[in-house]
Amino acid sequence: MATGQRRIVVEEIGEVTVASFTDKKILDEANIQVIGDQLFNLVDDDGRSRIVLDFTNVEYLSSAALGKLITLDKKVKATRGHLRLCCIRPEILEVFEITRLNKLFDIRDTQDEALAGL
Amino acid sequence: MSSTNDMSRAEEFSFIIPSETAAGLKVQETIIQKLQERGFSERDIFGVRLALEEALVNAIKHGNRSDHSKQVRVEGWVNATKLRVEIQDEGPGFKINDVPDPTADENLERPSGRGIMLMQAFMSKIEYSEQGNCVILEKAREVVAGEDG
Repeated sequence: MATGQRRIVVEEIGEVTVASFTDKKILDEANIQVIGDQLFNLVDDDGRSRIVLDFTNVEYLSSAALGKLITLDKKVKATRGHLRLCCIRPEILEVFEITRLNKLFDIRDTQDEALAGL
Repeated sequence: MSSTNDMSRAEEFSFIIPSETAAGLKVQETIIQKLQERGFSERDIFGVRLALEEALVNAIKHGNRSDHSKQVRVEGWVNATKLRVEIQDEGPGFKINDVPDPTADENLERPSGRGIMLMQAFMSKIEYSEQGNCVILEKAREVVAGEDG
């Protein structure tokens, strides 16, 4: 169970859960572990299956953080739910493109676009 | 501008850190600060920060397996146009050719194995020692439009 400071802000918009990262840098292993736990709890404990992850605040993201996103995606898909990512700045989008994870994730430019039809 | 002149202004640095990611972060911040002081671009700094994070985590977690009796050596230099960092752990090393391609369809959903690819993408040069427990990272300063030195 995640403890300590909340690393994501969760908001319900209709039937969709919007989770926004509070950290600018998702780099540190310990933080990534906490962020991962808090994201997984949305699915495992709270039963949410339509999730938008908002990256507006995020300036840095490591491969360990990508690993947590992949695991979250698997969890959401296992519930037949949908996960979308939005508001990713260009440098970080490049990280997704280099690793081809832009093919795995459903990435939208804005939160409105991510919410549409989810 | 000659490279010899650049070299004469290089600032060298050297750290020995325990196998803890918090110690790795401090080194990362120190090196980033040196780039900021020299006016490296935000894009360069983004790439270097990402590559240092990946290399230090690899050394601490995969190389030394977070064994507190083992250390990581970080040394290098920075001048107005280039950064060079050498990171060595006390682990057995690995063969870079043995690392599966994380962009292959069959590996796309694996949660790990992307660090080396990101270092290669964002640094100008990345080289492993034969044993594979030492990585050399180099970043040449990006020439920003309108900046002629």
